[in-house]
Order: sequence, then C-alpha cells, then structure tokens
Amino acid sequence: MNILGITIAPYIINIVIILLKIAVVIAIGLLHVAYATYFERKVIGHMQVRLGPREVGPHGLLQPIADGIKLFFKEDIIPANADKPLFYLAPVIFMVSALTSLSVIPFFDGFVIADINIGLLFIFAMSSLGAYGIVMAGWASNSKYSFLGGLRSASQVISYEIAMGLSLVGVMIMAGSLNLTDIVRAQQAYPTGMFAIPQFVGFFVFILAAFAETNRLPFDLPEAESELVAGYFTEYSGFRFALFFLGEYTAMLIMSSIASICFLGGWGLPTFITANLPVFLWKALGLGMFLVKVYAFMFLYYWVRATLPRYRYDQLMAIGWKLLIPLALANIVITGLIKIWIKGML
Amino acid sequence: MCPLENTFETRELTLSMGPQHPATHGVLRLVLDLEGETVIKCTPYVGYLHRGVEKLAENRTYTSALPLTDRLDYISSMNNNVGYVNAVEKLFGIEAPERAKFIRTMVAEMGRISSHIVWLGTHVLDIGATTPFLYAFREREVIMDLFEMLCGARLTVSYPRVGGVRNDVSQEFLDKLYAFVLDFPSKMDDYETLVTENRIWKKRTVGIGVISAEEAVNWGLTGGTLRGSGVNYDVRKHAPYDAYDKVEFDVPLGKNGDCYDRYLVRMGEMRQANRIIKQCIEKIPGGPPVLSDNAPELDMSAEGFRKLTPEMSLEHAYLSFSGGYETLAPEGEVFSSTEAPKGELGFYIVSDGSGRPYRMRVRAPSFVHASAIPRLCVGHFVADVIAVIGTIDIVLGECDR
Repeated sequence: MNILGITIAPYIINIVIILLKIAVVIAIGLLHVAYATYFERKVIGHMQVRLGPREVGPHGLLQPIADGIKLFFKEDIIPANADKPLFYLAPVIFMVSALTSLSVIPFFDGFVIADINIGLLFIFAMSSLGAYGIVMAGWASNSKYSFLGGLRSASQVISYEIAMGLSLVGVMIMAGSLNLTDIVRAQQAYPTGMFAIPQFVGFFVFILAAFAETNRLPFDLPEAESELVAGYFTEYSGFRFALFFLGEYTAMLIMSSIASICFLGGWGLPTFITANLPVFLWKALGLGMFLVKVYAFMFLYYWVRATLPRYRYDQLMAIGWKLLIPLALANIVITGLIKIWIKGML
Repeated sequence: MCPLENTFETRELTLSMGPQHPATHGVLRLVLDLEGETVIKCTPYVGYLHRGVEKLAENRTYTSALPLTDRLDYISSMNNNVGYVNAVEKLFGIEAPERAKFIRTMVAEMGRISSHIVWLGTHVLDIGATTPFLYAFREREVIMDLFEMLCGARLTVSYPRVGGVRNDVSQEFLDKLYAFVLDFPSKMDDYETLVTENRIWKKRTVGIGVISAEEAVNWGLTGGTLRGSGVNYDVRKHAPYDAYDKVEFDVPLGKNGDCYDRYLVRMGEMRQANRIIKQCIEKIPGGPPVLSDNAPELDMSAEGFRKLTPEMSLEHAYLSFSGGYETLAPEGEVFSSTEAPKGELGFYIVSDGSGRPYRMRVRAPSFVHASAIPRLCVGHFVADVIAVIGTIDIVLGECDR
C-alpha cells in the first residue's frame, strides 16, 4: 500500500488495524465495566429501598468516573512484610487475564479481535490464569486473612472450573465447534434460536459455576467481607485494588457474554425479522440483542446478590463436586447419545 | 544434622479476629487457633470499650446516673433505663403510677423491637444477605422517630424516671405507634420470606453452635439465647415488673438450641413485642400523673447539704460536702433484673444512705454470652464463628461497660 509516497507493507497495516481494534475493545469494555458497577449499585439500591448513587452528575451517572479518579490518586500502601514482586504482579495478572478473554468474544458476526477456533478453551485458560493472580495476592500480602482468601479461591476455582468446562461440553457437542462465532451460528439453525432450552441442565450448571468462578454471592467466599475482611485483596489499596475490582467486573462481563453466546443465542434474531431489514439496522439490532442478553445476565448477578446469603466453604465444595459435576457429566452423556441417535436417523 | 522431616514443623494458624473486624459487632476480639479452617481453640478478649460505667455511677446521684445506663446496650437504651429505674424504685420503695407503668412497658417493647431488628439485620448481613439489613433499618427508623417524638432523643433516650416517666405520651404519639403496630406484622412477613425458609440460610444456621438446655443454664445464658435451647425462662413472665402482668403474651421457645432456633425465637419475640405494644395502647389508663409524688428530684443532693448560693463558688460547694449527713436514700442493697432484648439485665445497687450508689453492679447479658462463644465455636469453621457471634446477639457497650 502507498500512503503519501511511502510504501507500507501489508502486514504493518494489519498490525495497526489489530492494535486499533484492541484499543477500541478495551476502551469500550472498560467503559462497560465502569458502568456495570454503576448499574449494580443502582439495581441493588432500588431493591434495598434506597436510591444508589445520586450525587455525582445527573442521577449519579458520573460516579464510576469519580470512583476511578479517586482510586487512581489514592496512596498505594504496600505492607512492610509483603513479598513485593509478587504483590506488584498479582493484580496485573488478574486484570490481564480478564482483559485477554475479551479478545475472543464476538460481539457480532465478525466483530471480534481474534476469531480463533479454540475460543472457548482460550477463555477457560485465561480464567484459570486469573486464579494465579488471586493466589499470589493472598500469599504475597503476608496477611492471614488474605492467605485464607487466596486458599479458598484456589480450591474454589479449581473445583468450579471443572464443572463449568463440563457444562459447556454439551454446547460444544451440539455446535460441533469451539469457535464462539460458530456456536452462535449453530444456534440460529435451531427452532428455539438458543441452546439454553435443549441444554437447560448445562445452562443451570453454567450459571452456578459462573457465579462461583467470579467470586460472587452466594459463592463469594474468597472475599467474604464479614469473615475475611476482604479476602485476598485485604491489603491492597489505591489502583492495585482498582485492578482487582475491574478484573472482577470484567470477568463478570465475560461470563455474561459466554452465557449470551453459548446459551442464549448471542446476536441471533429470528429470520422473519432480519429478512426485511436493511443491513446496518439488522446489525445494530443484533448487537443490541447481544448486549441486552449480557446485561440481563449481569442483572441476574445483582439480583442474586441482593437476595441470598452466603454458602459456607465446605458446602460450596459439596455443591461443586457432588451436584454440579455429576449433573454436567450426565448432561454430556445424554447430549452425546441424542446426537448419535439423530445422526443414525439421518 | 537432623533429617528434613524433623526440621519441618507444623502448627495451627492463630488468627486474631478483631477488635476491628466487620463481623465482631463492635470491638470484640477473638483469638482463633485454626486447623485449616476449623476452629480448635477460641479465646474471646473483652474490655476494649470499657468506660467504667459502674464506677462512674458511684459519683453520681441516683437520678443523674440514669444517662449512663443509656450507654450500656446502646441499641436498646430504653430497656436499660427501665431496668435501672426499676432497681432504684425497689431501693427507694417507690411505686410508679399505673399509667407510667404501661408507658414503660410500651416503650421497653419498642426498644426490644428496635434491638431485635438490628440483631436481625446484622446477623443476616454477617451471613451474606445484605437486603434484610436495609429493610430492617427502615422499620427501626419509624421507632427512632417515635422515640424522638416522645422525648427528643433517638438513641440515648433517658426517658423513664425513678418513679415514673419523664413526660406523658401524646395522643398523636399513640396514634402513630398504633399505625406502626398494625403495619409491622406485614414487614415481619417480608423478612421471613427472605430469610426463614431460605435453603442457604438454613444450611448456615441449622446445627451450628448447638447448646443443650442444661448447658445453656450452666453457662448463665439468658434471653433469646437461652430460650433457643428450650428453657422457658423469661423475667417478664416469672417476676413481672411494670405492666407485664396485665398484658398477654407468649414466650417463644426453641428446641435444638442451634443458631436457627435462636433466630426463630427472636423473630417470635418481635411479634410478641408487637402484641404487647398493641395491648398497652388499648389498655393504657387515662390521665396523669406519670411520675410518683415521692420520686427523688432530678437535682437531688448527693450527700450532706449541697446548696449553691451566689456567694459560694462551685469549688466551695464541693468542699462543703464533709458537713452533716442526711439520709437521702434507704440504706441496704437491692438486686433487680429485667428482661432486656439481649437477656436478663440485672442491677445490683448497694446504698449507704447517701444520694449516690455506694456500689452499682450491672449483670450484663452480653458479658455472660461472650464467655460462651468458645463453647459454641470450637469444632466449627471460621464462617460459623461469624454465625455464632451474630446469634448470641452481644453488644460490646454492655459487655465491657
């Protein structure tokens, strides 16, 4: 390509475009994360007969920005006995692993940074990596509360990662692919338009596992505030704390996106609607559909948080190993058998 | 050189929970020895909120020591006041007017509801449910507003007086209270919907912190904590004071003595308290007085002659105490206990005939209950310690005094 008389190799242009895409996705993603906190405070506020943030901006709309600025300028306190390199590294690992998952999430057909064939597997890998951040934070803080929080988190993530992976195997069998775009396309071929109905067992297991994976109520044991003060990030302050906070909400958004993509049909719309629409409107509607599903799932997170108490550590483990994993395994077997049976029919 | 396994030493994790911790209800400090997450030893440390209320009372007259009792269990100051004035009345041999007795019963039960509501909110919040906490404070706010209407103060009321109450209740107050009383059971249903049959709540409380009836009595537990184990002991029934013998109410009892039964007992108590308030409003005898004629004056002298004339400085007045004695209160000692929301609240007062208690001792239920925490916690998980602290309903202001 030739711009202003300078010849630029195509691969450089590709890199620039990808970098731009990454910048756009991260910027929009983080904006969503910031407003997910606002959304949460408003939703829970109204559920709890109060109003939520009201002071900063109209209806408190600028509250997330004010919070961000506040956290950015806060003093960064590092405990004297902390393991400093690990203490620095932990929030970065947590945040990076959460953000990296964003790269394979398709927001619409083709709106994805890296359309890789193992998208689902990649997200599992990244969310497991995030657990390292938590464990390291718990260890490096050299505080007993953080340590207990880190340990709880390690066991929780290991147990629920399995349940979550298994819950999605049914979807993989039905779609025949690990590529997230293909999974959505496969759902459009179904009369219901979503896998949540044939895969209701998988969806149930997935919801519970997603709550545990993102450390949210009723499974927020690693950061159970009434027991462990703040769990693994008790000793963190300022922007390092903000990184954990953002990481958690990014992880929630990613879990909601996976729920939307793998179970709720993603951007899929019934064909009788899309057939008569101009392309740009159809795309906008599809993107809107995706976001509505994501935020509906986020709303579920908040709703549950406002309603339920917290499980105990051993009860959480019992649910993971004795209920979710057997259910998910049974779901895989049944889905596989039905698939083979249908193939035999054809 | 010794082999590796001998140099490798394992020991329990010692965790100091509190005095600054979100779930220790103030400044309780528990030192927990943990094996994994299981508590194998638990030592409570109290005294971080010690203000010497008992000693301070020795330097005040019987009437001016009343505000100190507000600061014992600051969640239910009305009940402490009632307990204290009952003890002093017993010492002075004063009988409060009938109307005052009904008013006291009524406000004490309002105090019980407001205290139990805070207990419910914090107990449930400790176990992770945030919403009942805010719902509970909505109802507590109504009671606080009514207290404000009654006596001007919301938290530290000092409304009852030795020999009656400070001022009569207005019809407007009674109307508003009656409206609250009629509305409250539906609010109770709201909490019960969110909590009582919740599977997670039951998993967290059933079978946690079990104590048998016999052991509960031996530990000196009282109030809802004791009745959760099925012991039918309520001072209001067994030694009625004020107007409790003129109202009908039941004493809710538990069976298993675990956190869940104690929860049910306190929820039942709130409904009963509501019932008592309703009866008080309906049965309250009309007209003044609300203060007995022979009640001690608010500015009763401490001992001897204590007259401040313009030419005498305050310092001089203090120095003049060593003058002649005058018997201002009957000599002797009394113990009087009332049923406070936390348990049996007793006041033991020794009088030497002066206007000040020679010794005042408070039998604080929270202190006794705090001593039972290790008995209830050992063998459970860290998360259950939180449930146990919530279920015995302690207030450190009363525990440390």
